[in-house]
Amino acid sequence: MSEKVVFYQGNEACAEGALYAGCKFFAGYPITPSTEVAEFLARRLPKEGGAFIQMEDEIAAMAAVIGASLTGAKSLTATSGPGMSLKLENLGFACITEVPCVILNVMRGGPSTGLPTGPSQADVMQARWGTHGDHPAIALVPGSVQETFTETVRAFNLAERLRTPVILLTDEIIGHMREKFTIPAKGEIEIWDRPRPTVPPEEYKPYDTSEGIIPPMADFGSGYRWHVTGLNHDETGFPTNIPSLVEPEERRLMAKVTENLDIIEKYEYIEKKGSKVAIVAFGSSARSTRSAIAKAAEGGINVDFLRLVTLWPFPSHVVNEMADKVDVIIVPEMNLGQMIEEVERSVKGKAEVTGVNRADGEPITPDQILEKIREVS
Amino acid sequence: MSERYEVRLSGAGGQGLVLAGVILAEAAALYDGKNAVQTQSYGPEARGGASKSEVIISEFSIDYPKATEIDLLLCLTQEACDKYTSDLKKKGIIIADSRMVKDLPKGDYVIYNLPIMDTAKEKVGKTFVANIVALGAIAHLVEEVSFDSVLKAVLSRVPKGTENLNKRELVG
Repeated sequence: MSEKVVFYQGNEACAEGALYAGCKFFAGYPITPSTEVAEFLARRLPKEGGAFIQMEDEIAAMAAVIGASLTGAKSLTATSGPGMSLKLENLGFACITEVPCVILNVMRGGPSTGLPTGPSQADVMQARWGTHGDHPAIALVPGSVQETFTETVRAFNLAERLRTPVILLTDEIIGHMREKFTIPAKGEIEIWDRPRPTVPPEEYKPYDTSEGIIPPMADFGSGYRWHVTGLNHDETGFPTNIPSLVEPEERRLMAKVTENLDIIEKYEYIEKKGSKVAIVAFGSSARSTRSAIAKAAEGGINVDFLRLVTLWPFPSHVVNEMADKVDVIIVPEMNLGQMIEEVERSVKGKAEVTGVNRADGEPITPDQILEKIREVS
Repeated sequence: MSERYEVRLSGAGGQGLVLAGVILAEAAALYDGKNAVQTQSYGPEARGGASKSEVIISEFSIDYPKATEIDLLLCLTQEACDKYTSDLKKKGIIIADSRMVKDLPKGDYVIYNLPIMDTAKEKVGKTFVANIVALGAIAHLVEEVSFDSVLKAVLSRVPKGTENLNKRELVG
């Protein structure tokens, strides 16, 4: 397949990216503003040798995604806030059983059913700590239609390589916005598959880490048998509560992320000469920020910009280094202050941190950010 | 052209404003080789309720995707006209439907009070093609997008079997 230029929504780009990455299964329960992903894949997946199921609710959809992935199929579900809340229990199950899968949350206003058609970025902390217990978390936050495609492909690659769920976190604007973008030719982006066992079925241990911290994963139905449980388990997959077996496994789950930051972390850092102010933003707020920074430059104020493409794990070391140079860090986000807490934690008091917040279902405008830049400059 | 050309298509849910915005943006982006971004804002209702669709056209890359200083405003309801005129630039264009918008705004604007709904109803007998009639008017008035490109975009987007109907509406 050769390169193709299209005029797509972010949601359609996510669905197209999933197909590019080799997604063969989607289960979901339609919810605004994510429904176009389900519509697109309901049409396309059957033609590409995959399967689409509309489940009875979001809980079942997440369970179906885990089940499909256990058979070896790369799997996706798409939802928004109220549905994401329902998926969290099974998200934790995917974390501890180490089942690769991708979950798109197109953020809308909340809590509860909130503002179905209005944009929001208020699920920042849910993406990190929504499901209970210590667990690894990866959340990617694309800022354009093109990037929604590439980050969807990357989400599948990370899920497969690290055997862990990956959350794609967009918002109503990024999801519904249409832009021109290029679907890359097949082979242009490298596609990864989960490690699979090389030992015969009778020797297979599902959580054997003798070769590395990502154990090979056997497809159900391929002749390999293993026990899948949400209880803490040993290398055979069967439950254990032996302290000396439990904690190393807990630490290994976290290490899958902390020891692979080189492939997980992604950001864009635009440094200007002599700037004393910096902005940290992501998603549609980053687009407003870019316009605001251009306007500030016209007025002679230079502002540094850190745009996150990976939100979790949070790049604390980058933000900390920024704080050595600038006096003030501005954090625009469509919520009442969530990412700002991570920024404050990262700068360790070395710079003043201030927010630009909005929670009325309307985007943060460039002028709102510009006003804050002028206020602190 | 200035850096951004901003269009807001406004009215009620069900009038096809989102599709009209998509077609206009596709005309600019895919057929005229410019950059275009289309966004939408609507309520939870499938029909009725306020609805708007915005298109930004530029030779440059487009960061903020929403309209803030509008060059052209289409109003298919009185409510939309009352609500959105204040976001229009000085000398900006208003295209208002002559049946739905009776109370035209006063100010430094260029106003076209056109029979969009009536044209759709009388010529085709279907008011739901009013969005395509409105696109025809926009394509004639706006230099930032060519009429041929709008025509191509309309024909590639509308349902099979309605191409002639839609072409007739666009050409008016």
